[in-house]
Amino acid sequence: MVNEPIIQTFGLNCYFGSSQALKNVNIEIARNEILGIIGPANSGKTTFLRALNRLNYLQRSYSQTGEILLGGQDIRTINDNLLRKKIGIIFALPQVLPVSIFDNVAYGPKVHGISGKETVTRIVEEGLKRAYLWEEVKDRLQEPAVRLSGGQQQRLCIARTLAVEPEVILYDEPCSGLDPISTAKVEDAMQQLKADYTQILVTNNTKQASRVSERCAFFLMGDLVEIGPTQDLFTHPQDTRTDDYITGRFG
Amino acid sequence: MNEARLKQNIAFTVLGALTLLIVIPILLVILYVAINGAGAITWGFLTEAPRNGMKAGGIFPAIVGTILLVIGTMLFSLPLGVLSAIYLVEYASDNLFTRMIKLSVVNLSGIPSIVYGLFGFTAFVILLHFGTSILAGSLTLAIMSLPVIITASKEALESVPFSYREISLSLGATRWQTVRYCVLPYAIPGILTGTVLSLSRAAGETAPILFTVAAFYLPRLPRGAFDQVMALPYHLYVISTQVPNIPLSLSFATALVLIAIVFLMNLVSIILRAHYRKKRLW
Amino acid sequence: MPAETNDSTIRTSIKPQALALGFYASMKRLWRRISEPIIESCIRLSGLVVVIFVFLIFLFLLRDSLSLFRHYPLTQFLFGHKWLPISDPPQFGVIPLLFGSVLVTLWAVLICVPLGVGSAMFIAEVAPKAIKNVLKSFVEILAAIPSVVLGFLGIIWLGPVLRDTFHLSTGMCGLTGSLLLAFMALPTIISISEDALTGVPRTYREAAYGLGATRWQTLWRVILPSASSGIVAAVMLGIGRVVGETMVVLMVTGNAPAIPTSILQPLRTLTATIAGEMGETVGGSEHYYALFAVGLVLFVITFIINFVADLFLRRARK
Repeated sequence: MVNEPIIQTFGLNCYFGSSQALKNVNIEIARNEILGIIGPANSGKTTFLRALNRLNYLQRSYSQTGEILLGGQDIRTINDNLLRKKIGIIFALPQVLPVSIFDNVAYGPKVHGISGKETVTRIVEEGLKRAYLWEEVKDRLQEPAVRLSGGQQQRLCIARTLAVEPEVILYDEPCSGLDPISTAKVEDAMQQLKADYTQILVTNNTKQASRVSERCAFFLMGDLVEIGPTQDLFTHPQDTRTDDYITGRFG
Repeated sequence: MNEARLKQNIAFTVLGALTLLIVIPILLVILYVAINGAGAITWGFLTEAPRNGMKAGGIFPAIVGTILLVIGTMLFSLPLGVLSAIYLVEYASDNLFTRMIKLSVVNLSGIPSIVYGLFGFTAFVILLHFGTSILAGSLTLAIMSLPVIITASKEALESVPFSYREISLSLGATRWQTVRYCVLPYAIPGILTGTVLSLSRAAGETAPILFTVAAFYLPRLPRGAFDQVMALPYHLYVISTQVPNIPLSLSFATALVLIAIVFLMNLVSIILRAHYRKKRLW
Repeated sequence: MPAETNDSTIRTSIKPQALALGFYASMKRLWRRISEPIIESCIRLSGLVVVIFVFLIFLFLLRDSLSLFRHYPLTQFLFGHKWLPISDPPQFGVIPLLFGSVLVTLWAVLICVPLGVGSAMFIAEVAPKAIKNVLKSFVEILAAIPSVVLGFLGIIWLGPVLRDTFHLSTGMCGLTGSLLLAFMALPTIISISEDALTGVPRTYREAAYGLGATRWQTLWRVILPSASSGIVAAVMLGIGRVVGETMVVLMVTGNAPAIPTSILQPLRTLTATIAGEMGETVGGSEHYYALFAVGLVLFVITFIINFVADLFLRRARK
């Protein structure tokens, strides 16, 4: 389907205890694309996202079958720490550590062994710039990050993810708590990052999906119903369920 | 007033009376010891060694001994307790082994203090050849203190928001890095509070040190960890039961000093708790 | 495209200083890779340590107890009516000591359960907020008083008072011990009961008030029953505390290891026996091992009490 995909899943089934969150998901994700994932609540979108960087295993009842490949390599053979470095994630509600803005972004490099004040400062600055946050915080890097607004905190999360040099960035409904201006800034950042990173965006907002993504996947109750170029999905969906969701017959 | 209301007033009054029946004796006990003991508390009493077979002089070596035992207890119980708590909260999964550990903590907290004394005697004094010493006494008190420290540390660790761990792990940090940078620093206040509380109890314990460290009349201070030492609780026990003709005021004064030290440590723990609750970052 | 290997670093240009820095950095990484598994092993081991200690304590007690039972029959120990360690031949029957512990505990429980549960109810449901905190502080103060101080006060004050009130020959009797022990168990009972009472869901209260019940009726008929598991656990833990207490009983209950016929007589508990006689034994003698056997009995009793109390606590938490 896709030439040289960066991520592939084969027969992915995800379970929390006895309830199944994802059923037999087969998907290929191309390098440097922005893939949108849409669908109503509880359709497995977040579960899919968190399966890619194995964050689902933080829940003790979680289990999964099937394969996930990153760059052709089964992610079970990759160390968790390395995997999560390569695949970063932005959560729905901005979550920052109770330390300064600088230290929030510098935390990632620190745990991966990068030291040296100049090096780290440069990485932090680069990350903040690429997240479109540098101008707003450059004079107050030592202030506590919790004092930033919601939108700023979310961009801070992007900056700290960028600081560890991932290959893939996952976004789990990142703008759900943000005002339109902050949302626009996040979406701008995503467009700029496209050149260097593969991005997967889970969103409840179909308009955002059509703005930002090139391909889109529709999940419903654990099934991957349909996937295709965004405009095609929205104008001529192949499956009636997709059509129903997009036209708002359920949501 | 209807019948239900009347019943309520009677019932609540009875409950209040029961509570008063507890509160008043507490006050009386403290006042009784304070009034009768304060007279004998002189600077000399606190800083001099005992003389004349305990009939005169001070209790300085006992105070020093108690302090040394508290320090020794902390040295052994704090690291072990905190690490165990870290295991239970951050590393353990929900299996039989974990249930066994939790059950063991509960059991350890219920073992009578004299049984600890027996264990300490046979394990540290005899088997490991430490002899009756500060080392043996501290180790015994440390095992006794473990459950409290583990429980307090567990609570402190669990109260740190889960999001901190999630952030750290999602950036690729290892579990230990997550604990070290994103969890432990914020749990330290709670751990500290629990530790001080646990040590305040250890300071007042007599049974565990009966056969493991305590000596009665040791006018000189200990020179090393393998020395015996006087201790305030043991001292009070002996002068109340086995030594005749000690002026009563000295006994009261000893009791007062012991209570004061224990209360002081409790107070420190309470102040720490209040202070950090205000400074809480979440 | 930023795709790195495991040891990703931002490469500065290769100068000699950079080489040295690089070496230092790789040493640090190596240290990190070695130290982390070591630290994690220590953590896992620490989890094990508590279990090991419980086993060790049990094992040591068992070992030395068995040394007694090699020569002295177990049935005589468990069911013998006389505890006479220095007679010839010595007799090591625990029944008098068991009776002493049980009697003292029974009376202590009679006193501290109504007092403790009653105050817990008062603190949790009746007292206004300001007074509630003061009362809780008092309970914490009580918990902090060392047992040896209470024993001292028993000798100096309570004993003589009871002696004069009941016209006894000595104030050093079971009742003195029971009163003091009741006092000591109160903080345990009060704090756990209070937790249980405040843990009852608000919906229960609101449902009761909605039906027109007074606060007392709600407390007595709704809250108390639903907190019952927790309160039972509190009482059991209080009992465990009383059974395990040593110094108070050692100092005030007299020194008569005979089966007590009344609480106003001197008696001996299991704990006091160990504490009082250990100093007089010779290591390796029968008496020495007998005291360990008594310790084993204590261990088993408190183990059972705590185990059951924990079951009730678990039930209460659901």
